[in-house]
Formats: sequence, structure tokens, C-alpha cells
Amino acid sequence: MTTALSTEDAAGIAERYDPVIGLETHVELGTASKMFCGCPTTFGAEPNTQVCPVCLGLPGALPVANAAAIESTIRIGLALHCDIASWCRFARKNYFYPDMPKDFQISQYDEPLCTDGYLDVLVEGKTFRVEIERVHLEEDTGKTLHVGGATGRIHGADHSLVDYNRAGIPLVEIVTRPVFGTGALAPAVGRAYVTELREVLRGLGVSDVRMEQGSLRCDVNLSLSPAGSGVLGTRSETKNVNSLRSVERAIRFEMGRQAQRLDAGERIVQETRHFHEDTGVTTPGRSKEEATDYRYFPEPDLVPLAPDADWVERLRATLPELPAQRRVRLAAELGATDFELESMANAGVLELVAATAAAGAPAAEARNWWLGYLAQKANEAAVEAADLAITPAQVARVIALVEDGTLSTGLARQAVDGVLETGADVDAVVAERGLVRVSDVDALGAAVDAAIAAQPDVAAKIRGGKVAAAGALVGAVMKATRGQADAATVRELILQKLS
Amino acid sequence: MSELTRLTGAELARAIADGQTSAVEVTQAHLDRIAAVDDRLHAYLHVDTEGALAAARAVDAADGPKGPLAGVPLALKDVIVTRGVPTTVGSKILEGWIPPYDATVTRKLKAAGIVILGKTNMDEFAMGSSTENSAYGPSHNPWELDRIPGGSSGGSAAAVAAFTAPLGIGTDTGGSIRQPAAVTGLVGHKPTYGGVSRYGLVAFSSSLDQAGPFARTVLDAALLHEAMAGHDPCDSTSIDAPVPPVVAAARQGAGGDLTGLRVAVVKELSGEGYEPGVEAATRDALARLEKLGATVHEVSCPSFAYALPAYYLIAPSECSSNLARFDSVRYGLRVGDDGVRSLEEVMSLTREAGFGAEVKRRIILGTYALSSGYYDAYYGQAQKVRTLIGRDFAAAFEHADVLVSPSTPTVAFPIGERANDPLAMYAADLCTLPASLAGVPAISVPSGLSEGLPVGLQVMAPALADDRCYRVAAALEADHGHPLTQEAPAL
Amino acid sequence: MPDAPAGITRDEVAHLARLARLAVSDDELDVFAGQLDVILGAVARVQQVAAADIPPTSHAVPLTNVLRPDVLRPCLDRDEVLAAAPAAEDGRFRVPRILDEEV
Ligand SMILES: [Mg+2]
Ligand SMILES: [Zn+2]
Repeated sequence: MTTALSTEDAAGIAERYDPVIGLETHVELGTASKMFCGCPTTFGAEPNTQVCPVCLGLPGALPVANAAAIESTIRIGLALHCDIASWCRFARKNYFYPDMPKDFQISQYDEPLCTDGYLDVLVEGKTFRVEIERVHLEEDTGKTLHVGGATGRIHGADHSLVDYNRAGIPLVEIVTRPVFGTGALAPAVGRAYVTELREVLRGLGVSDVRMEQGSLRCDVNLSLSPAGSGVLGTRSETKNVNSLRSVERAIRFEMGRQAQRLDAGERIVQETRHFHEDTGVTTPGRSKEEATDYRYFPEPDLVPLAPDADWVERLRATLPELPAQRRVRLAAELGATDFELESMANAGVLELVAATAAAGAPAAEARNWWLGYLAQKANEAAVEAADLAITPAQVARVIALVEDGTLSTGLARQAVDGVLETGADVDAVVAERGLVRVSDVDALGAAVDAAIAAQPDVAAKIRGGKVAAAGALVGAVMKATRGQADAATVRELILQKLS
Repeated sequence: MSELTRLTGAELARAIADGQTSAVEVTQAHLDRIAAVDDRLHAYLHVDTEGALAAARAVDAADGPKGPLAGVPLALKDVIVTRGVPTTVGSKILEGWIPPYDATVTRKLKAAGIVILGKTNMDEFAMGSSTENSAYGPSHNPWELDRIPGGSSGGSAAAVAAFTAPLGIGTDTGGSIRQPAAVTGLVGHKPTYGGVSRYGLVAFSSSLDQAGPFARTVLDAALLHEAMAGHDPCDSTSIDAPVPPVVAAARQGAGGDLTGLRVAVVKELSGEGYEPGVEAATRDALARLEKLGATVHEVSCPSFAYALPAYYLIAPSECSSNLARFDSVRYGLRVGDDGVRSLEEVMSLTREAGFGAEVKRRIILGTYALSSGYYDAYYGQAQKVRTLIGRDFAAAFEHADVLVSPSTPTVAFPIGERANDPLAMYAADLCTLPASLAGVPAISVPSGLSEGLPVGLQVMAPALADDRCYRVAAALEADHGHPLTQEAPAL
Repeated sequence: MPDAPAGITRDEVAHLARLARLAVSDDELDVFAGQLDVILGAVARVQQVAAADIPPTSHAVPLTNVLRPDVLRPCLDRDEVLAAAPAAEDGRFRVPRILDEEV
């Protein structure tokens, strides 16, 4: 059965229920070779061309752990403020499934490599601390193709085809603790967490974090408890939520679905559900009641990991500035308020504003350009601001020309348009298009006389003391001079000539 | 039979190197011997005539100095994968599987110029002590054909004891080299865990499996040990240390002087359940050790009494996971795929049809021992017993250089006698289990006959002190005067 | 330290067989149930020793941090790999339809 989409918004639901979210994220590491063998990890290769006795689970083959994968995992743990285990083991997670060559997954059970960290995310000016329960290392599975029956669905398929190229690619699992107190912001916080996590991972350079290619995959847990009750509700685990937008949609949908059931006095079954990108709906999968007993036990083919302090500190020294730290620093440098900071971050222009300021422009001006005219231009072109054909240095130059009075705001925008259109440099565009503001009286005199001659009635009003009417003449002069005239000077001239 | 098949590996290698014979001649002689007698022994599951002769020709063609075993034929247990040559592990589930790669041991044998005659019979997935659990029928003990040759490496043992190969390789998880060696009158050594690569050894119990040599003499066993041992980066549990000087130790021991060697007899490995003939041979061996200058005292290792229960929890637990991969998807048998049945049904039918009773019993037992709720009471406890056994060894080795015991409580029993009594079958490994659980090296060396059937003495040493096992074994062999197999009835 | 469960029932054995993907026959179930009960009775002795303060041994050799450098090694030839498969199609391993609840 599928639930009809609840039309009620998160805010409404949050008045009756406290949503509690939890996220399990799987990240494929960007190592050259797989977790336990020397096969390549390249995406999109011909099926079963990146396999060997180890990742095919051939009889007799043995795993040997990839040092780079271990180090990446420790670095992720450190970036998420985790404790790094001084001794831990891999474990076998036993269950039969054709995409798992050994019919067990080498993972970590009660001895994860990293534990007890956190990641702060900023939503609507509020900081939410998402606690990380564990970060552990495991191996990815192969890919199964379902043939016949409904398109690509396992249900009703006639048979399936398995490709083991992905089997054995190092997979880091990052599990949060339940996140309380997000209320109506639950969907936004969920999305912000994954967005922030992706930034952290990208900064570390440990994965290409391509959600569309499955190198970053999300499971979203959600439960509702009666507002203020503090009683944990039964949670659903929604699998394959594979875009930032879907994280938000899946949480919103589950809030609606669970609220509907609870409102109707029904109970929520603890189950695995599947998110459907196309419809935005989740549907039930295997319910936990009948889940198999994984019979975890220490992997006898791998010896324990014992990262000593030196090793961990050496890795800590390789950590780049983390997005949060960087934001705080930039905010300080730009003298931005939390709100301005968030709006710049959300618009994806924080780095651009910082670079523009670094190129000599006043921070406020830089922010105004990137959040204003340039954001609008990016919008029109349907691209990220960062992808506009103008550099922060060029924007800084435009701002400088306005500051020194060479360009009016209107001319500055024309200059920006020119750069965007031709890719030429600011000064070149200004020269070529003759974008200079004219303030010399003789040069303007003729244009002013012409404007007065063209509108005698307006001129008469001004002579009669209706100074406000001057605007019409100023506009005419500006038009005649293609915006290059300095409005203030023109106005002065008009008033002189008509007094 | 050709004189060539009576010679030891060391003698054959020398004769080949000196040009008195050729590797091809030696190989052909053994292939002929197999053709002549193996129908009665069923030691081989697959004889690789072409591959063997090709390898022999390559040795003959190669110029320059030859290795100490170059051109010497060998019988390889069918649990070690061989590229292009069938590997069944004694199971129907892998019938017809042609591995696309070589085990590290296989590579090392080839590199040493050792000629692999074929793959030998074994208890299915090395689970057993008689080869009666082979899906392809039991092997026979050349000393008395209606008796078991031991197991699980019974095929290799029978082959070497019947002179169809001078050398054999077995694997030992709970005694599967030492027990067959004992009941066929051979020398068989289980190396220190991690001493020989497990890469390409089809896993039964990963934390216990070790491959090792069979030979009719201690020196041959030592030469083969050195050829197959050594660090392997493809096996995470492989020890990165030099191979113990086992050949030098064998030569030194052959001098017959054990002056100053401290020998401790394990109290718990004697008494009830041990055949009088076995105890007599053991007493005789101890007397000879003293005669050779060793001091002998008794030591108690109380935890050894729990080795059997611990083993029969750990090994089945690990095998229940190791054997999951035989699921009809990537290789091996598939049963019941009628286009209607689900994969799950086909998997279950395949595993049901492809595994024998003992394998299924252990998979179910292991699945039970690992399941949540029982883990602590069974697998967890067994792992603690393992710690205690290690402590008993450590304590004993403070006052002894080696520990000794019979290799088996009894001589070879008649085929079929214990087939339907798992516990009685398990008892055959009583003496060999402690060393397996502790990962320490242990050798079985002939200690005489009981009613015409071979008895073996087990010599255990601390981890990485495999050379001590060989030294003591060589001294006993020298004192005996000749390899026990010289007394074996000709077939 | 939990005690040994009383013994193993035929139903438990049936459940374990399902978990282990073994389509055991009813006769087999009877035999196994009996034998496993005896075997479990024997191995349950491990619970008589080894108190809480004794650490478990999962590996016989005391090694740690055995790692390999992140370098590529040759893969297998796909045709050779698929030739060993019970069934293959379009360069992939072909398997019967998969039951839903496995997802
Ligand atoms: Mg996982
Ligand atoms: Zn591989």
C-alpha cells in the first residue's frame, strides 16, 4: 500500500509532533584500488572487468586492507571531531545476497575506527549540532540489474544480472545520533547536514562525493514523538535517498506519512522504506521484525588495526581548514552578520565575496554585487554564481571604478554585462563601449539646451518654481547621453539655465 | 616398482642434478606407479599427466644450478588452488571448477621446480579425519587397504606412503596433516600459524588452517617446508619473518645428539581412550629421546581438556561463514534453476545437494554458535579457552624446549567404523587440537608400529621454533635407522 | 556468563538451516537434530572455564596494521571468469529472480 501524499507542511506537523531525524551516510572513497585488493575503482567501466579472485570471493582468496582507505577514514573521523580507536577489528556481517561475492560483508561492528564526533550545521540563523555516533569502514557491494517485469524493479523481475566492478570499493559509513529539536526545520536540517558533510569530504579530498553516481548515499531515519512528550517514537529507515533535495523531500514525506497514521491512531511499524525520486514517495521494504541475524564475528583473515598516536597526529596535520572554520574566519574578515553569512553560504557566493574583497573591494560592496546583480545574472543564465564568466578580481575592478567615480552604477552594470558577454577585461569593455561618465559642463550644455527646447512646457513649470519637474529633463539628457552624463551635474545645469 | 619411486626427494633431486636421471624419467616413473596402484588407494582425485611432464621437461631444459627439490614430484591436496587444473576440495559443489589463479603455495612449488603430479583426495572442505567425507569416495591406507589413511589430508598421505609420490602437501586445521602422517608412517608437519601463506588455500577455518609438508623422511619434509614457507603480502596473517632454519635443524638432528634438550610430556594427552600400543610406542620414543641426551619430564596443561569443545565451536563458526560463498552465483554447482524458482530456493537446493552431511552439520552448528544470544556462550567462550590454551603452552615452554604427546590416540581405524558417530570421529584429533588453537608448530614423526600399524609421536614447539620439531624428529628417525615406510607392505 | 541453552530442538535446526540456505530434508532434520544435540552437549563444556577476566583470542598470531599500499594489480579476464559461472548474460552473472524481502 502507498500512502497518499500529506499536503500538510512541516510547520503544521511540528505543532503536534517533535520530529527526530537520524542519518546514515555511505561514502565511496576515491582510492585508486579497492578496499582489499588491487582492482581499480573507476566508475562506469565495462561490467566485471574490474574484478580479481579477492573481490569476486573466489575460493582461497584473502583480503589485505588498503592503507589509503584506512587513512582516509581516520581523516574523516578527525574532521568530524571523533575519537580514533587505538585498537579495533574488522568483522564479518553474514547474510546471503548475490551482490556480495563472499555472502558476507567485511565491515566493522562493535569496534568502529572512529566514534563520538559532531558536525554543526547552520539553518535559518540557528546552529544545530549533529552528533556523530560512529564512522566505520566496510566494502561496497556489486550492482544488480533486474531484467523483465516492471522496469528495473526487483519485484516481478524475471531474472537478475550481477556486475562486481563495485564490489569491494572502500565504503565509509557515517552514522549520526538521533537529532532532536529541529521541529519544522527537520527537512532543512537533514539537507544542511548532508550538504555540510559533503563539503567536509570534498575538502578532505577523500571522495568525489557524487550523489548521482552513488559515491555518496543516504539513509534517512525519522520518527515523531508527541510534541513535548520526549517519548521516542518508532522510526522508519528510508533507503536510497540520493540527492540533497531528496533528503529534504524524504524527511518531509515521512513526517507527513507518520503524522497521518498517528493522527488516525495507528502505530508506526519499524521498517525499511524506499524513496522514489520520481514521485517523492517512500514505500515499505523489509520490516525489521523479519530481518536476518547477521552473526557478526571478528574477521579472522584480517589482523586488528591499532593506529598509534603518532600516526593519528600525522594525519591530523594533513586536515585542511574545515568549511565551518573557514566560514567563521571569512565572516570575521567580511564583517558579516550570521544572517548575511548564511545567505552568502546558501547562495554559494561566500568564497566569491571573500575573493572579491581580497582583491581590494569593500566587503559590503562585494556582498551586494554577488547577492544582487550577479546573483540575478546567474539566475537568468540558470548557472551557479561561481560559474559566471566573471572573476572576483574583475568584480573588484568594477567596484573600484564606481568608487573613484569613473562609472555610475548603471555604467558599472553595463561593464559587467560586457565582461559576461565578451569575456574581455573590465577596462577593455569600458574603453570599447565608451562607458565614461561625462560631467564637463560645455559637453553637457548642448544636450541640456536641446532637452529644454524639446519640452518648453516642462521648462516653463521649472521657471515657475516647480523644481521637481526638472527630473523629466534630466531623464531626457541622460537618455541622449546613453547614461554617461552625471545626473547631479545635469540637474545643476538645468536649474541654472532656467532660473 | 621402479627404484626411482623408492628414493627420497633429496636423493631424486641430487640424481637429477647430477644427470644420473632426468625429471621426466622420475615423473614418468611416479605416473606409472600411480597408474599401477592408485585404483586400490584412491589417493588422487585428478592426475595432471600433461602438466607434470611439461613441468619436468622445463626442469630438465633449464640450465644452471637447480634447487634442492628441482624435478621432484609432489602430490598436492585438492584444497590448494591450481590455475587451469581442477580444484574440488573433495566437494560436489566445486566439481569441474577450474581456478583462474594459483595459490601462493602452488606458485612457490612451481618456482622451486617441484613437479605437481595431481590433486589428492580429502575430506570434503577438510572436515574430517578419515577422507570418508570426500564426495568422491574414501582413500585407503597402504598399510591395510580397508583402513582409513587419516584425514582430512588422507589422499596426500596415502600417495606418499604408497610411493606414488615422494612428497605431499596437506593442510592442517585441527590435525589434518599430523594425524594422517601418524597413521600412514610418514613425517608430517603443521607449521607455525602464519608461516605458510594461506592465499589460495580454500578456507575451512581461517584462524586455524595451515598448509604443511608430508614426506617419508624428516629431511624431505624440511626441504619441502622451506620451499613452501615464507612471508606473503597477499595473506594478512602471514608472518613477516625469516623461515625457521628447518633444513639445518633436520641435518643437525640426524646426528642423533639431543644433549641438553628439555622435553616435556603433556599429562592430559594420555590415559583413557589411548590404545596400549600407542602408549607403548610413545614410552619407547621417550626412552630413546633420553638415550639421545634429552631430559624428559611431565607437564600438566589443564586447558587442553577443553581444546576439543573449543575447536568444534571455532572451526564450525568460521566455516559457516567461509562456505557461504558457495551460492550457485559465480562458480561451481547450481541446482534447481527451472526459470520459476527464486534465487533463494536455487541457492538452498544447490547447497543442500552440493554439501555432504558433515559439512552441513558443521555449517548448522557454526550458524548456531554465532547467532545473537548464543555468541557469548559458545563462540565467545571458545575464544577464551583459546587464550587459556595459549597460556598453558607459554607456561610449559618456560621449562621445556618441546612438548610431546602421541599424534593420535589410536592407529588407523577400519573404514566405516566411525562414519556415523561424529564425536568418535572428532576424538581422532584429541592430541593435535591444542597446537592448532595456539598456532604453534607441531610435527608428527613415526614412533613405531602397533600390531603392524604405524604410530606417530607429536613434537610441539613455540611459535616460529619449527626447527626444534625437525631436530627432534630427525634424531628419532636416525635412531630408528630408516624411514618407517620401508616396512610398509608392498602393494 | 550465560548458561548453555537446554539443547537444540528440531525447529531450531530447521531455522538454522534456512539461515544457512540449506534445503535439508525432513529425514536429515531428524538426524541432524539428534546429532547436533549430542555435539552441543559436548562442546557446551567451554562454559565451565574462562571467566570474564580472560580476553578472547581471535587471531593466533599477534599482528596488527597489516596494510597494502594503494596500488593497482592486474584484474582477471572477464571471459575466463564468466566461463566458470553457472549462467552469464551481457558480461554479467545471471541469477534467478530475487525474492523481494531480500531488498
Ligand atoms: Mg553499512
Ligand atoms: Zn579485486
